[in-house]
Amino acid sequence: MNSLIKGVNRYKVFIVLVLINLIIFIINPDLGNKSAKITWSNTKVMVSIIPPVFILFGLLDVWVKRETMVKYLGEGSGFKGVILALFLGSAAAGPLYAAFPVAIILLKKGSRLFNVLIMLGAWSTTKIPLLLFELSVMGLKFTIIRLFLNLFGIIVIAYFTERILSKTEKQEIYNIAFNQK
Amino acid sequence: MTIALYIVAFSALFASFIKSKQKTILSLKKAWKAFENILPQLFSILVIIGIILAILTPEQISVLMGNESGWFGVILAATIGSITLIPAFVAFPLASALLESGAGFMQIAAFISTLMMVGVVTSPVEIKYFGKKATIIRNVLALTFSLFVAFVMAVLM
Repeated sequence: MNSLIKGVNRYKVFIVLVLINLIIFIINPDLGNKSAKITWSNTKVMVSIIPPVFILFGLLDVWVKRETMVKYLGEGSGFKGVILALFLGSAAAGPLYAAFPVAIILLKKGSRLFNVLIMLGAWSTTKIPLLLFELSVMGLKFTIIRLFLNLFGIIVIAYFTERILSKTEKQEIYNIAFNQK
Repeated sequence: MTIALYIVAFSALFASFIKSKQKTILSLKKAWKAFENILPQLFSILVIIGIILAILTPEQISVLMGNESGWFGVILAATIGSITLIPAFVAFPLASALLESGAGFMQIAAFISTLMMVGVVTSPVEIKYFGKKATIIRNVLALTFSLFVAFVMAVLM
């Protein structure tokens, strides 16, 4: 019973939207019909693309060993650190709020803030399975242009964020990390 | 394209299974959990797309977010992208549906880029970990950069 309530709760927005569509159908059958048809055809496309994307999500998440990479992300890690940080973020699964605990772990283990910011950027914008999904939905050209621009952007944003912060402000971020359980 | 995606995924799954049965099962469990997590939002957005595209004509979408809407459309798209919290999974179908119905690449690029990089709703969480200053700097830079992405897309697409 409890799980049923929880299930309904999670889908409440969806249920309300379906009801809205139903009301539209009653008021204006043509419009309601058209809307349902568009929804159905998009659903078919999504269902056909999504399974392999999530399989890759799961595989990358299980096989990429975060712990062994952490030691290459410290001060003076240079170019290698940037590449690894990009890879760490891109191989992750899960929404951005799941990235913050990972960022805390990296900071605690002495990763450079610049690299942690890069990891966060990659987590939100260049996840590998998501790129494959983007490729099939948005096309090759759009995906490639966006990928290269964003890789560049992630690094630039991380660089300036780190540069603008003073030494004490940076230390404060590390202190916050160490105070997390 | 989709077939290639299936080939890649199943080859990887097969290789993983040969290396470790346990890890493969764990990865499938994780995959299912991640999928199940976005399902309510995915279903919702699919219905929203249906309703929006049924009500708005391509001409109307074009006025709001089409190529002729110019920077007004870009700002509109960037504002929506910065405030809303839509997973990219759900955003791409929406973006592609809007593109097919008259939206411009420049505006859609602004929407997707801000959606991914700028987080107004998630900023309290970000502040908790990184402090106010770092959060503001990062988000302002990300917003500026998203407008740059929109500009480049407009030139190249």
